[in-house]
Amino acid sequence: MPELNEKISDKNTKITETSQKIIVKFQSEFKSIIPQLIAIFIALLVGAIVLLASGFSPIQAYGSLIIGAFGNINGIGQTLSQATPIVFTALAFLFAFKAGLFNIGAEGQLLIGALAAALVGISLNGLPSIVHIPLALLAGAFFGGLWALIPALLKTELGANEVITTMMLTYVATYFTGYLVNDIFKEPGWVAQTPPIAASAELPRILLPTQLSASLIIGIILVALTFYTLKRTVLGYEIRAIGLNPLAAESGGINVKKGLIIALVVSGALAGLGGAGEILGVHRRYIDGFSPGYGWDGLAVALMGGLDPIGALLASLLFGILRSGGMTMNRVTGVPIDIITILQALIILFVAAPVMFKILYKRGKKND
Amino acid sequence: MTEIFDIITVGLFASAIRLATPIAFAALGGIFSERAGIINIGLEGMMLTCAFSAVAVTYFVGNPWIGVLIALLIGALQGLLHGLISIKFSGNQIVSGTGINIFALGFTAYMSQVIWGSRGASDAVQGIDPISIPLIKDIPIIGEIIGTHSPLVYILVILVILSYIILFKTPFGLRIRAVGEHPAAADTAGVNVFQIKYLCVIISGIFAGFGGAFLSLGHLNIFALGMTGGRGFIALAAMIFGGWMPAGAFGASLLFGFSDALQLRLQILGILPSQIILTIPYILTIIVLAGVIGRVMPPSDYKPYVRE
Repeated sequence: MPELNEKISDKNTKITETSQKIIVKFQSEFKSIIPQLIAIFIALLVGAIVLLASGFSPIQAYGSLIIGAFGNINGIGQTLSQATPIVFTALAFLFAFKAGLFNIGAEGQLLIGALAAALVGISLNGLPSIVHIPLALLAGAFFGGLWALIPALLKTELGANEVITTMMLTYVATYFTGYLVNDIFKEPGWVAQTPPIAASAELPRILLPTQLSASLIIGIILVALTFYTLKRTVLGYEIRAIGLNPLAAESGGINVKKGLIIALVVSGALAGLGGAGEILGVHRRYIDGFSPGYGWDGLAVALMGGLDPIGALLASLLFGILRSGGMTMNRVTGVPIDIITILQALIILFVAAPVMFKILYKRGKKND
Repeated sequence: MTEIFDIITVGLFASAIRLATPIAFAALGGIFSERAGIINIGLEGMMLTCAFSAVAVTYFVGNPWIGVLIALLIGALQGLLHGLISIKFSGNQIVSGTGINIFALGFTAYMSQVIWGSRGASDAVQGIDPISIPLIKDIPIIGEIIGTHSPLVYILVILVILSYIILFKTPFGLRIRAVGEHPAAADTAGVNVFQIKYLCVIISGIFAGFGGAFLSLGHLNIFALGMTGGRGFIALAAMIFGGWMPAGAFGASLLFGFSDALQLRLQILGILPSQIILTIPYILTIIVLAGVIGRVMPPSDYKPYVRE
C-alpha cells in the first residue's frame, strides 16, 4: 500500500507540476496578447469618438453590434460564417510574411480562386459530390496560387517589389472577374452573377438555418496544417530562415528563390481556397463584388493574431463578430457599416506600434 | 482602323497631363520619404483622405483654396502618424502604410454617408478654376496641351524643380540623402537623424495632400468612393522608374497619365470590353516595375534607425 500511496502522491506532484506549467504557459501567452487587447480597446475607444462626433450613440452602436453577433443562432451562424473566409486570408498573409514577403493582394487571389471554383462547380455536371467538391476547391486553390505566381516570379526573376505588384494585380483581378461575370459567364438577367453551381458541388451547411458551411472546418484544418508546416517541417524551417535573413539562408544552402516562390504561391492558394469556400458553401454561385474585403481583413487578422496560425484563428473570430454585428448595427441604428473598416484600420495601426505599449508600460511602472 | 488614330488628339495629351498630376505629386512625396529611408505605402490612403477633406471643407466653407490648405494639413498629420509609428515606435513601415490605406477607405466612406447621405459620391462643390498662361497658350498645339490647366498643375511643375534643388543643391538635401543612405554616419556627423526623417515623412504627406486635393477639386469637383484608384501605388512605381529623382518621377508619371488618358478614350471606342481596358494602367505599372528593377538602386535600406 505505501508503494501505491507513493505512486499516487508522485502522480499528484506530477499533475500539479504540469498544471503549474500550463498556468505559467497560459500567463506568458496571456501577456503576449496584452498589446493586442489594448489595441482593440483603444480602437474601440477612438471608434466611439468618431461615432459621437458624427451624432451616433456609441453605446447603442456597440450594443447592437454585440447583440447582432451573439443574440441568437442566426447571429452566431453569421459571425462564424463571416469569420470563415478571413481564416484563409489571414493564413495567406502570414504564410508569405514568414518568408519576409508582403502579400497585400490576397483579395485578388481570393476573387480569382472563387471564380475558378464557381466555374468548376457549374460546368462539371453529373459528378458525385465526393469528387466534385474537392475538384472545385482544388481549382480555387490552383488559380489563386497561379495568380500569386505572377508576383512571385516578378520578384525572384526581375526583383519587382511584391507590395506594388500584388496590389496592382488585385485591381486587375477585380476588373477581370467583373468582366467575366458581367459578360461571358453571366446568367441572363439583371444581376452580375453566374448561374448556380451544381448541387453536387455544394459544400454542406453545418448550422442550419444559417449559411455557415463546412468551409470553416477546412479552415480550421488548414490552421493546424499551417502551424505544423511552419514549425515542424523542413519547408517551414527554410521559409522562416529566408524571412529572418535571406543572405544567411542562401549561404546556409537554402534555395531562396524557390522558397520565396513556394511561400507566395501557397499564400495565394490559401486565399483562393477561401474564395472557393465562400462560393461553394455560402453563395452557391459567383456574384460580382461578393467579397466586402476579406483579403484586407486577413491582413489585419494575421497581424492581430501575432502572425501565428492559432492567434489568427482567434482574431478572425473577432473580425467575424465585427462584420456580422456590423450588419445588425447598420440596420438598427443606421450607423454606416464602414465604421467596421475604421476600427479594423485602427487595430492595424495600434498593433503596428508594439513599442508604443512598451513605452507606456515602462512609464506606468515608473509611476508605481 | 482610322478610329484608333482619331483618338490621338491634342485633347488626349492635355488629359494625360491632368491624369499624371496626382500621380506625380504622390511620387514626389514618395521620393522625400524614401530618400530619408522610410517607405510610404500609405500614399494611396493619404491621397484619398485628403481628396475627401478638400471637398468636405470646401462644401462647408465655400472656398476651394481653404479646402486645399486643410487637405495639405491633413496630409501632414498623416505623414506625422506614419513617422511616429515607423520612427518612434519602430513599427513596420508597410504595416503602418497599409493601416493608413485601410483607414482612408473606411473613414471617407463613413463620412460621405454622414455628410451627404451617400456612400458613392459627394455633392458637387466649388472647384478650382483652370488658368491660362499668357504667351504659352497662344503657341499652336503646345499651347493647347500645356497652356490651360488647374493652377495646381503649374504648382506641381514648380515643386518638381524645387524638390530637385532642395534634394541636390542644398545642405538640407545632403542631410536627407545622408540620413537615407547611412544614418549612423549622418548621426556621427551631427545630423539630427530623427528630425530629418520626421520632416521628410511629413513633407511626403503634404505632397499626398496636393495630389488628393487635385483629384477632387482640380477637375470633377466631387469626392467619389475610392477615387484614388491605386494612383498612390502607381506613384511608387513612377518614383522607382524615375530613379528616385524628381524629374524622372515626373516623366514616369506622364507616361502613366498617358496610359490612363488612352484607356478612357479606348473605352469610348468600344473595341474591347471596358473592364479589360480599365486594367491597362495597372498592367503597365507591373511591366514598367518589372522592366526597370535591377538596373536602379534604391537610395536607402529602409531599416528603422536605432541609435547604438
